Amino acid sequence: MARIEVVMPQMGESIAEGTIVKWHKSVGEAIGKDEVLLEISTDKVDSEIPSPSSGILAEIVVEEQQTVAVRTVIAYIESDATASAPAPAATPPRPAQEPEPRVSQPVQGGDRFYSPLVLTIARAEGVSIAELEGVPGTGEGGRVSKKDILVYVAGRKGGTSAAAPPAPAAAGQAKQGSSNFEVVQMSNVMQKMAHHMVHSVHTSPHVAAVHEVDMTDVAKHRESHAAAFERAEGFKLTFMPYVVEAVVRAIKKYPLINSSVEGDKIIRKNFINIGIAVASDNGLIVPVVKHAEEKNFVGLARAVNDVAVRTRAKKLTPDDIQGGTFTISNFGVFGTLIGTPIIHQPQVAILGTGAITKRPVVINDAIAIRSMAYFTMSFDHRVVDGALGGMFLAEVVGILEHPEGRL
Amino acid sequence: MATITYIDAIAQAMWQEMERDPRVFLLGEDIGTYGGAFKATKGFIQHFGEQRVVDTPISEAAIIGAAVGAAVVGMRPIAEMQFADFVTCGFNQLVTNAAKIHYRWKLPVPMVVRLPSGGYIHGGPYHSANPEAWFLHAPGLKMVAPATAYDAKGLMTAAIRDENPVIFLEYKYLYRRIKGDVPEDLYEVPIGKGEVRRDGTDVTVISYGSTVHFALEAASRLALEEGIETRVVDLRSLVPLDVGLILDSVKATGKVLIVHEANLTGGVGAEISALIASNAFAFLDAPVMRLAGLDTPVPFAPTLEEYVLPNTEKIAQAIRTLARY
Repeated sequence: MARIEVVMPQMGESIAEGTIVKWHKSVGEAIGKDEVLLEISTDKVDSEIPSPSSGILAEIVVEEQQTVAVRTVIAYIESDATASAPAPAATPPRPAQEPEPRVSQPVQGGDRFYSPLVLTIARAEGVSIAELEGVPGTGEGGRVSKKDILVYVAGRKGGTSAAAPPAPAAAGQAKQGSSNFEVVQMSNVMQKMAHHMVHSVHTSPHVAAVHEVDMTDVAKHRESHAAAFERAEGFKLTFMPYVVEAVVRAIKKYPLINSSVEGDKIIRKNFINIGIAVASDNGLIVPVVKHAEEKNFVGLARAVNDVAVRTRAKKLTPDDIQGGTFTISNFGVFGTLIGTPIIHQPQVAILGTGAITKRPVVINDAIAIRSMAYFTMSFDHRVVDGALGGMFLAEVVGILEHPEGRL
Repeated sequence: MATITYIDAIAQAMWQEMERDPRVFLLGEDIGTYGGAFKATKGFIQHFGEQRVVDTPISEAAIIGAAVGAAVVGMRPIAEMQFADFVTCGFNQLVTNAAKIHYRWKLPVPMVVRLPSGGYIHGGPYHSANPEAWFLHAPGLKMVAPATAYDAKGLMTAAIRDENPVIFLEYKYLYRRIKGDVPEDLYEVPIGKGEVRRDGTDVTVISYGSTVHFALEAASRLALEEGIETRVVDLRSLVPLDVGLILDSVKATGKVLIVHEANLTGGVGAEISALIASNAFAFLDAPVMRLAGLDTPVPFAPTLEEYVLPNTEKIAQAIRTLARY
């Protein structure tokens, strides 16, 4: 018999903690390897966690509805595998130190560099690498400096969630005890977003191009097919599949849009994974429709609906938010006419779709009322120049303006 | 306690030691009747006589060789190189004889070689040398590099009394530019002990000689204008190095800039960098950085000399870069 630790798994690179929603087994109950042991909820997703081993659930350390840092020991399983190691029951849990059971995913180091001193302090203070990922850095390029880790550690010792003191610069302004300032701790999703946005702007020279698109025919097409579509497919037909489909077709014509940059190499991808930016209660999430190039219009509509439903239900898996090759941000839902979105690294372009509004438009020297929208594309000028960006966007617009034959 | 110049502090130590100890004597080019190229020994020959203030031929090998010989038979010579540049003519006497005699015959070699060093005086390629790296690499020699009048007197006193050959780096730029409170009586500044000239939490600057003053100026400017707190360490001695102080300073700030006037490659800064990397790696919050003279002889033209040597602005910029890291 061997006693195996079950730890809170790392469910994505920015996740620092997780909440136990439900234990599927109680203490003393037998469990098979890979059988569902518990359900957890993290910042971004809810997941069912399989057992790392078969055996008996010996001890539950963390009860339901409690939130703990990733890699914290949450339970012990007495495995039926033979092992000579004595049970480590008496040792206190040591996050990020013990050999990991299979349930835990490897910690992702990300692209952040930590100095020897920061790592020394982190180890002395018991700050895991996963936790370090969430420490805001004020050094060059967002590097975590000695000051940053000391501020973080001091804040953690303070005990309350809002206790982390602000960065030194802000501290100068926010006088302690002054009611003119309120210090709010950024959530993990927000910190990750902040880090990612700064990183992207530092990495890619952003250029934006705006095209006008006449959505009248798409609107008519959708309207005439909406009822039959919902009856046949079981979900509503929205504008988004039209845009996704147009983008996929345009990428097939201009594949450089679907690439990334590594050093002096361009990595062109032979698959098309379309990320769709969605605002959620927790912050910005970008679920991905995988292999869009293999799907027909209905298939795309189904995939878009699927990620939308699961985003709202908080049922996304870590895999659902990874691997995008191009992103669409529909800020039009907020009434925004024109925006300049920030590229989702390591992609090289992002399409922003503005609100569809009825406007007077000149067609054949007559004024007509049409459903119009502005589409903005931000692109990385290291690989995509104005000519390619403009041609791609014109292609998207051209496809959208001729929606016939979709269904 | 009187406020005197750096060069007067050196002269005072030599004078008082000569008064105290009849074994102490001077030898060098034009140090007697002329009083020395920089007047460090002005009035000495009139007071102590030709036997103890010896004008020599223009031969650094002869000056250092004679000093070595005198030291091994019990005298305590102080040899002056007119400019540090010319020590190369006596190099063999220093690194082969002075440095090794104790190892070979177990004889003490109590002598001092004064090296008027450094630039910032528009002296050009033959009168601006900082040759410390050569001697750092020659086991058997001690080497000191005072930056203040107090240390100049205290280290000269300690050097004269030391049983080993001591290279005394004195900075022409500081000779009459800086003054300090110096006790009338003799005292020793221990060889091998550095000093924290200014404490700070963000970055440590390790330096010695003239550049300590530039580092202090940069540090006070950055503290005042940009809120960067710099710790400035004056090594004072190069052999032996104050390793404890160096490592403590790394631990205090996690970021280190080493500044010296001598050119970069193979310099004192390289040795200190290696010491830190080997012994304090886990305390580093940034790469160890060096700011030193460019790898070129010091040019005559003031604008070019300014370009080649470290100054307050270059040091401030390097500290800023480290603080930001």
